[in-house]
Amino acid sequence: MSQAIEDGQKLSASTNGQVRVSVRGLWKVFGPAADSDVGETLKGKTKDEVQDELDSVLALHDVSFDVHQGETFVVMGLSGSGKSTLVRCLIRLIEPTTGQVIIDGEDLLSLTEEELTEARRQKTGMVFQYFGLLPHRTVIDNVAWGLEVQGVPREDRRARAAELLRVVGLDGWEEYHASALSGGMQQRVGLARALACDPEILLMDEPFSALDPLIRRDMQDELIRLQEQMHKTIIFITHDLAEATKLGSRIAIMRDGAIVQIGTPEEILANPADDYVADFTQDVRTCSIVTVGYIMESCAVQLSVATNPNDALAALDADGADRAFVALAEGVYAGEITRAATRQAADSGDATIERAVSRRCEPVLASLCIEDALSQAWSNDGWIPVVDEGGRLVGNVERDALARTVFSEERVEAGV
Amino acid sequence: MAVMTRLKETTAEIREATRNGAAGPSKAMLVLGGFLAFFLVMVLVWGPRTEFPLDWSRGISRWINEGVEAITVAWGPVFDLVSDAVLRFLLWIETAFLWTPWPVVIVGAALLAWITVGWKFSAFAVVALLTTGVFGLWESAMETMALIVVSVILSIVVGIPIGVLSARSNNFDAVLKPLLDGMQTMPSFVYLVPVVMFFGIGNVPAVFATIIYAVPPTIRFTSLGIREVSPQVVEAARSFGTTPRQLLFKVQLPMALPTIMAGINQTTMMALAMMVIASLVGAGGLGEDVQRALARARPGEALLGGLGIVFLAIIIDRITQAWAKSRQEALRM
Repeated sequence: MSQAIEDGQKLSASTNGQVRVSVRGLWKVFGPAADSDVGETLKGKTKDEVQDELDSVLALHDVSFDVHQGETFVVMGLSGSGKSTLVRCLIRLIEPTTGQVIIDGEDLLSLTEEELTEARRQKTGMVFQYFGLLPHRTVIDNVAWGLEVQGVPREDRRARAAELLRVVGLDGWEEYHASALSGGMQQRVGLARALACDPEILLMDEPFSALDPLIRRDMQDELIRLQEQMHKTIIFITHDLAEATKLGSRIAIMRDGAIVQIGTPEEILANPADDYVADFTQDVRTCSIVTVGYIMESCAVQLSVATNPNDALAALDADGADRAFVALAEGVYAGEITRAATRQAADSGDATIERAVSRRCEPVLASLCIEDALSQAWSNDGWIPVVDEGGRLVGNVERDALARTVFSEERVEAGV
Repeated sequence: MAVMTRLKETTAEIREATRNGAAGPSKAMLVLGGFLAFFLVMVLVWGPRTEFPLDWSRGISRWINEGVEAITVAWGPVFDLVSDAVLRFLLWIETAFLWTPWPVVIVGAALLAWITVGWKFSAFAVVALLTTGVFGLWESAMETMALIVVSVILSIVVGIPIGVLSARSNNFDAVLKPLLDGMQTMPSFVYLVPVVMFFGIGNVPAVFATIIYAVPPTIRFTSLGIREVSPQVVEAARSFGTTPRQLLFKVQLPMALPTIMAGINQTTMMALAMMVIASLVGAGGLGEDVQRALARARPGEALLGGLGIVFLAIIIDRITQAWAKSRQEALRM
């Protein structure tokens, strides 16, 4: 378990953006054991042992993680795993027993009641599974709620709320009562309300779980679209791995109040930390989530178009390869050379391999999922070049490897 | 087969429960043992007789009598001050009712009934009020209305804050509950005596006696209404940095309003029911008419006065109920 967390943190070091939320050693115990020094009394005890021996419920078990600016950090677990308790402890809707929740360098657990209220107003916005809208108010007054409690004048806050209703596609519904709206629309109101104060951090507690599947997919797409514009730091709770992999930059999997694994969706799918995590991943179609970039290998031989044909031949010989991918000066994929074509160029005295380059097959995008990549590259035998969004050659992948991963029951192995 | 398994499980559960129960002497067993020991001592000391061996009644009663007298003397100026304020308020309302020409009152009541309930009830209200006038009870009815309005307003002023406190503190609620039960079931005559000692005779002690009897529903329903507010809504409101004060005034009280209205409706009905008893300490109005008829053994006058109270009760009840209901519907999620 600790290995998995370390892996997660190693990865987070490579994630760009500073740390926005840092949770350290967070515990939540309900019952008599909460009065003791939980770090000591509960050390090494399982949830069941705490329940039987100490008559207490262990809801959060020494939870630590970092969330970076602009990241969507998904916390996933079955009901009772402590994920909803965790998100409530982050802004002390439930008071944690011990630990630290550091947001922008400030430990929320050390704040006074007034400072905490201020932090909730300025830093965070929350979306709830059952919406939590105020039934006695209109849609626009619900969205303006966060601004109202801050004392923003009525005209200003309503103008801002109307703007956000446009963002979530609910313009025209301002003066309706929240109860007149469908579930999906109510959650749009909930989202607009959370965004109204322009918080840096969005906390989302199973926001789409109460919606029916089609609406849920719409809302997920909507969130992805909004996040591309907003770059908020999102902590998203769900029990659905498909949703987690669709939305999450990284996923933390919880069980019995503890985090058992943190990693990117691909890491979780490829290397589940234990059987519990593996159980989750069974239901998810790996091939529609793992990307080409994750299984590709770096090119054994990669040449620039400016290479001398004789040097190119030497490079091919050194690797024992018959063909190699060629890139333009900026690394943009150009095509490939074969041994025969290169020899011909060398024989005719060309200064570069440019004339030997052919485009046998179109490259696939590294960000494509392997299922889509396979359907695109189906007719090409052997190695397929992989490029990034800018068309730069970043690696290659064997078509048969793609096919094996898509169709076989084997676990996906990361490329080198 | 399945039945057998289930049977076995049940027996196991029962055995388990018995074992847990027998783990140590429970509190109930200790209390029971204490009582038994007490009775044993009583019987041993005094022997088995029919009359009760102890009588503390005289001492306790005298202690209370002296206590109430002492309070009357010591707090006299305060009671006078309060009495004066209530009396002024009462006179102000009463004057407003009596100075308004009766057609204006009837048309006003009819309009209110039409808007809140409907035209049929509005017609009933007009007929009922006209009947009251024809019975020669118009002035009495207006005086009763003034008493009701003052009692209910004071009940709301006192009851809602107490209800809010009891919603917030389980300890306070635990202390308050038996007190409210007592206020509702204690025979009114019991507290009429100290009320008269504190405030004298007249409409003012009548208002206080009415409040004691009628305020519990407002307190109970306020507490219930606030406790019933969805915890999900409260949590969501708090997540946006809502202060406890904002939570109370902008979320809990507005959402509890229909329930609080139902409590105020009950308070009003109980205040009306109290009018005849209140007339014993000098309250005027329809209650006094009924009480006078009773003293002179005149069933006719008693019935007319009684009908006057019933008409007022029906009109107030329907209008406040309809209002509460419309609020409730506006809130339904």
